[in-house]
Amino acid sequence: MFTFDLFWNALVAGALLGGFYAAVSLGLSITFGQLDIVNIAHPAFVILGAYIAYMGNEWWGFDPILTGLVAAPVFYAIGVGVYRFYYEAFERRDDEALRGLAFFFGVMFIVEVVLIMAYGVDFRSVQAPYIGGNWEIGTIGIPTRMFVPCMVSIAMFAAVYTYLARTFTGRAILAVSQDRLALELMAADPVRVKQVGFGLGIGTAAIAGALLIIIIPIEPSVGRLYIGQVFAIVVLGGLGSISGTLVAALILGVAESLVSTFYGPSWAPAVAFSVLLIALAVRPQGLFGR
Amino acid sequence: MTRFWIGAGAVIAIGLLLAVTDIIANSFWFFAAYVVLQYVVLATAWNIMGGYMGYVNFGSAGFFAIGAYTAIVLYNLVKAPLLVMIPLSGIVCGLMGLGMGYLTLRLRGVYFAIGTLALAVVLETLMVNWDYVGGATGAYVIRPRTLEPFGDYVKFLTFVMLVLAVIAVAAARWIERAKFGRGLHAIRDDEIAAECAGIPTLRLKLIATTLSGFLMGIAGAPFPLYVGFVEPASAFNLAYAVNAIAMPMIGGTTMWAGPVIGALLLGTAQQIANVTISSELNLLIVGLVLVLFVTLAPEGIVGLVRKYFGRGR
Amino acid sequence: MTGETILAVEDLTMRFGGFVALDSVNAEVYEGERLGLIGPNGSGKTTMINCISGALGNYTGTVRFRGRDLGSLKPHRRTRLGIARSFQIPRPFRSQTVRENLAITIEYATGASGAERDDRAEEVLQSMGLGPRADAISAGLTQIEMRKLELARALAARPQLLISDEAMAGLSSNEVDELLEILFRLNESGVTIIMIEHIMRAVMRFSQRIVVLDAGKKIADGEPDAVVADPAVERAYLGD
Repeated sequence: MFTFDLFWNALVAGALLGGFYAAVSLGLSITFGQLDIVNIAHPAFVILGAYIAYMGNEWWGFDPILTGLVAAPVFYAIGVGVYRFYYEAFERRDDEALRGLAFFFGVMFIVEVVLIMAYGVDFRSVQAPYIGGNWEIGTIGIPTRMFVPCMVSIAMFAAVYTYLARTFTGRAILAVSQDRLALELMAADPVRVKQVGFGLGIGTAAIAGALLIIIIPIEPSVGRLYIGQVFAIVVLGGLGSISGTLVAALILGVAESLVSTFYGPSWAPAVAFSVLLIALAVRPQGLFGR
Repeated sequence: MTRFWIGAGAVIAIGLLLAVTDIIANSFWFFAAYVVLQYVVLATAWNIMGGYMGYVNFGSAGFFAIGAYTAIVLYNLVKAPLLVMIPLSGIVCGLMGLGMGYLTLRLRGVYFAIGTLALAVVLETLMVNWDYVGGATGAYVIRPRTLEPFGDYVKFLTFVMLVLAVIAVAAARWIERAKFGRGLHAIRDDEIAAECAGIPTLRLKLIATTLSGFLMGIAGAPFPLYVGFVEPASAFNLAYAVNAIAMPMIGGTTMWAGPVIGALLLGTAQQIANVTISSELNLLIVGLVLVLFVTLAPEGIVGLVRKYFGRGR
Repeated sequence: MTGETILAVEDLTMRFGGFVALDSVNAEVYEGERLGLIGPNGSGKTTMINCISGALGNYTGTVRFRGRDLGSLKPHRRTRLGIARSFQIPRPFRSQTVRENLAITIEYATGASGAERDDRAEEVLQSMGLGPRADAISAGLTQIEMRKLELARALAARPQLLISDEAMAGLSSNEVDELLEILFRLNESGVTIIMIEHIMRAVMRFSQRIVVLDAGKKIADGEPDAVVADPAVERAYLGD
């Protein structure tokens, strides 16, 4: 049943959801969009980040976002390690396409199973003062547990975007897969640049995970559902376009929210994957691609 | 008659003997063997696309599940017998494979792989929302308790799966030796160069994806009768997708023997681990073994054997 | 010296988005001819080859082979009709041996099988001087061997028209001579050849006629000496 109240509420909820999706996709936008590394394990790292936020919250009562910020450098280091391994095992042998993909598929699976072994398949959630609040603006409700993650996500997005656009290493990351010559002229070592970029991508997963568990309780296998979302967003946004990723995240968030409101939540997972399939089939270069 | 066909005949004969007699009385062994054989079919089917043609399918679980759901529809409609379910499930999934083949027109490499993953989730969502086949809660299928001359119905199912496995392997072996297989090999190496070498790449890809889909469908068709109850979460289980990739990668993707060895080893190990340890740990082992092989032995067990015992073909 | 028209290109136009890569190009190639196709980088040479071989199917204008409009015929059909090409950057079937590379091409392009296929593969191997490397995996070949394999594979398709796309770039002067000799021999056996090349020494020695493209347009077509002396060609290469 369609009413304008429902519509506006769905629209606002979708925009908030989309803001959060931007955080989840940002890492992949760097690793896949900029570095050409098909890290399908990215959502698994996000879930890992969510569980770390959960642990900090459960054991010591830490704020999940704070935990995410503290965990980010650790995730950066993990990312650097994973990239070094990937480079030695696949990229250097010029063998990355198929086997690299299978490798990340395996990594995703391992992360998921380890989390199941540690925490089981029960849903877990966190406590924080901003969870459960609700602002009313006219007939539109803004739940604070959506609003806060959305704001944090956009702040992180802005910070990473500025870093990529303004610093030497950041610009090298943007150039590494497209313009090797420019990179050589900048006297930057592509392997080191990719290492930093991949670390950065995984680092964002720690914060995105913390945001995820604020929004919704999670269990280990939900990571797989996010594969659709993040790839849909990155492909739709145009590979290699960081700002396109933000716009695509908002579009997908709104689309899912509308479908979920008017057709039922059980259809929502298909939205992302349908968008992805259509985007891949009709316009692989994305909305903002070259 | 080649050695292969004598071997295949012997395998079927022994299987039939074990299935109709009580040499192995405990039906647990048949339950376990069924799963391993089902993986032989799935892994072989995956390898036709992934190994021979170089197109990675992350959506094997989707094909398997649609095979199972086709069987459920047939069961609900007309209580169709298994031997009708199998070919029809195969045809439905074969048509899906054909559709996926057309996807290769636009999508190559990584994009194709992600597309197949997307396809599986879209299919799962459709099944969750389709009440006729049980929706999210699932559907029951009543399995006959016995079937003569097999006795226990599971023995019959296991024998059927054995025959399907032999069919799948024979198809893979035929491809490997045929002009068709050499064409696929060229596509895997360089699709554009293959087209310019006079190879009708699209037609070959469509045949391969259709065949691969067909085989995955027939692997899924007996599943409802085997478990008696099908829900989306079990039919679309990620374990199918992971195993369908891990088994050929571990066994070796260039020869029909690769997926068979991978499925037998990994499938058996998982069945043992399921009983003795925990099902989570056994999945962890699959993940680790996959990563290990992909990294250290990209040619799989078949490759290792060739390396150490001469390189005869 | 040369016979009737084997290939005719009429008003061939190819656009990529707003960029016009080929702008109503008209050209003919005669049976048994050795034609050089030259032009500065980005002038549309490779695009033209891609249209003729079918790799780019959405061109406007007509490509006729022996009078037949090729329309939207797929590359593999064109190869079977007798148009074979080599790639500028060699694209061997990397995991296969040199012999297998040729055998698969013979099998699909000409329909030969069994002993006939193997004999022809051997024949091509010998004529290209690849005999000693026949059973090497092609990914491990040297530059010159890769170029030879690229040409060998085109030959394996038994072409009537061979398009050689910069087969000589980056090779030493001896190696260039070696490939030239192979191409001359081929031409003597009746194969029409279009050679795209940046190495002017090779083009001038090889071609009976030269077509020059610049910015997607044909700016010259004639005998090599006349073409090189053409002020328009000089302008295209040196700028105003």
